[in-house]
Amino acid sequence: MRPAFSVLFLTTLIGAGQGMFIALFFCELLAPERASPIFLAGGAALVLVLCGLGLIASFFHLGHPERAWRAATMWRTSWLSREVIALPAFMAAAFAYGVAHYTGVPGTLALGMIGVVLALTLFVCTGMIYAAIRVLKEWAHPLTVVNFILLGMASGVMLAAAYGAFAAPELAAALARMAFLATVLAAVTRGAALIRNARLSPFSTMQSALGIRHPRIVQKSQGAMGGSYNTREYFHGKSPEFVRGLIPAFILASFVLPLALVASLPLLAFLIQYGGLLAERWFFFAEARHPQNLYYQTVG
Amino acid sequence: MTQLALVIDLNVCVGCHACVTNCKQWNTSGAAGALTDCNPYEQNPNGTFFNRVQTFEVGGFPSTETVHFPKSCLHCEDPACVPVCPTGASYKRKEDGIVLVDYDKCIGCKYCSWACPYGVREFDEQRKVMTKCTLCVDRIYDQSLPEERRKPSCVLACPAGARLFGDVHDPDSVVSTAIRERGGYQLMPEAGTNPANHYLPRRKTAIPVRADELYRADNPHKIDGAPFDTSLPPTTEELN
Repeated sequence: MRPAFSVLFLTTLIGAGQGMFIALFFCELLAPERASPIFLAGGAALVLVLCGLGLIASFFHLGHPERAWRAATMWRTSWLSREVIALPAFMAAAFAYGVAHYTGVPGTLALGMIGVVLALTLFVCTGMIYAAIRVLKEWAHPLTVVNFILLGMASGVMLAAAYGAFAAPELAAALARMAFLATVLAAVTRGAALIRNARLSPFSTMQSALGIRHPRIVQKSQGAMGGSYNTREYFHGKSPEFVRGLIPAFILASFVLPLALVASLPLLAFLIQYGGLLAERWFFFAEARHPQNLYYQTVG
Repeated sequence: MTQLALVIDLNVCVGCHACVTNCKQWNTSGAAGALTDCNPYEQNPNGTFFNRVQTFEVGGFPSTETVHFPKSCLHCEDPACVPVCPTGASYKRKEDGIVLVDYDKCIGCKYCSWACPYGVREFDEQRKVMTKCTLCVDRIYDQSLPEERRKPSCVLACPAGARLFGDVHDPDSVVSTAIRERGGYQLMPEAGTNPANHYLPRRKTAIPVRADELYRADNPHKIDGAPFDTSLPPTTEELN
């Protein structure tokens, strides 16, 4: 698949936002005396900025962004539709949580709980958008959902640690420990997905795609010389060496360097990790081999 | 329940692209707007097509076969593209099983095309919506056309008669008969999409002749001098 940058930014930004919200909630739940309302309100604002940027990025993916509201209609069958509902719902909860802290309205823990449930729901929706596509074997696995949750958590808690180092030094050490743990967990599950996907057999074969039982089938023409939607959307155009080379790069930037830096320089750790996760998401798309590519092996 | 579909005979298709051209002509002239062409007279011309003919070579020299393979939406009975659509723009008609896109509802997110294993949906770069074969829904019910012309334009264009059109749920239809009697099959059955369109395989015409048909039943007096196989049972004439 060709990675769409709008989707890379959407999933990484809202993932960090959701993870950060969950981190803030646990700060309030576990250390209410140290998590000042102004720290939590400021954090909620940061969450909203991340999700807002993600939302803006997502509109660049659409051919008709002015009709985006229609995407909320088919929530009974479509995970994309469910995500379209869950994202504003989560943002509304984060907004209410921040306002409640800023104005001193009671019941912030209940609001936070609603926000956490919505954040997790949104994680599952985002992950299932990819995991629900049966024909993309690299994605069609529960690990996809787990990775969206844990990678989002890792970057979100990392940002919370960076924010805490600046706004709530008494929480910084605990948040850095949480970020360390979340990043280690994410590294384990992402590594598991890498190992699984390296051993996958293709979804389909030339024989099945054409219905011709012969071991040697070679494409001589794909019906168009100047490319088509099929060649643009499903091929990333980079060499296999480039894609393979991205694996150590994103492992280093998403996991190794942030783990080394989180205790001393959490903001730098977050920035490196965010760049690493963009690379990770790019690889996530590029790695997925669509069965339609069988029909587009040779131009002519 | 009606399920309209195409049956494409790979044994007959000569790869002339007449179906591609007539499909483009009909569908670019319709009420839904033109099918985009990008750089039509420049380098790398490309555009939106609902139907393409591809060519494959099967086997190695000297036993090589060239297979021309027309490819368009298969109007699956369990379409993977429909439930994933967030707006309901992608839908399957209950009355005749045609899978369609409502161009006024489509937001152009391309998610449906990811779910389709066959790569038969094409995003239109100018209209910014997902497009696909409509089975010429705007002509197969057109009462102003003579009845024999109420068929998809690709079917009408095919000079070799490689494309059949009909209801695959009606056991007596021309398509069901062809599938049943000429080995019609579906593409990528492992995708679980149950395509309505079927393909008829390449065939070599061969008449199997058994030895006893030559030497005994068809030539009871062995006047051609062929050696008589004593292990064969006696003929009716010899018994009488």
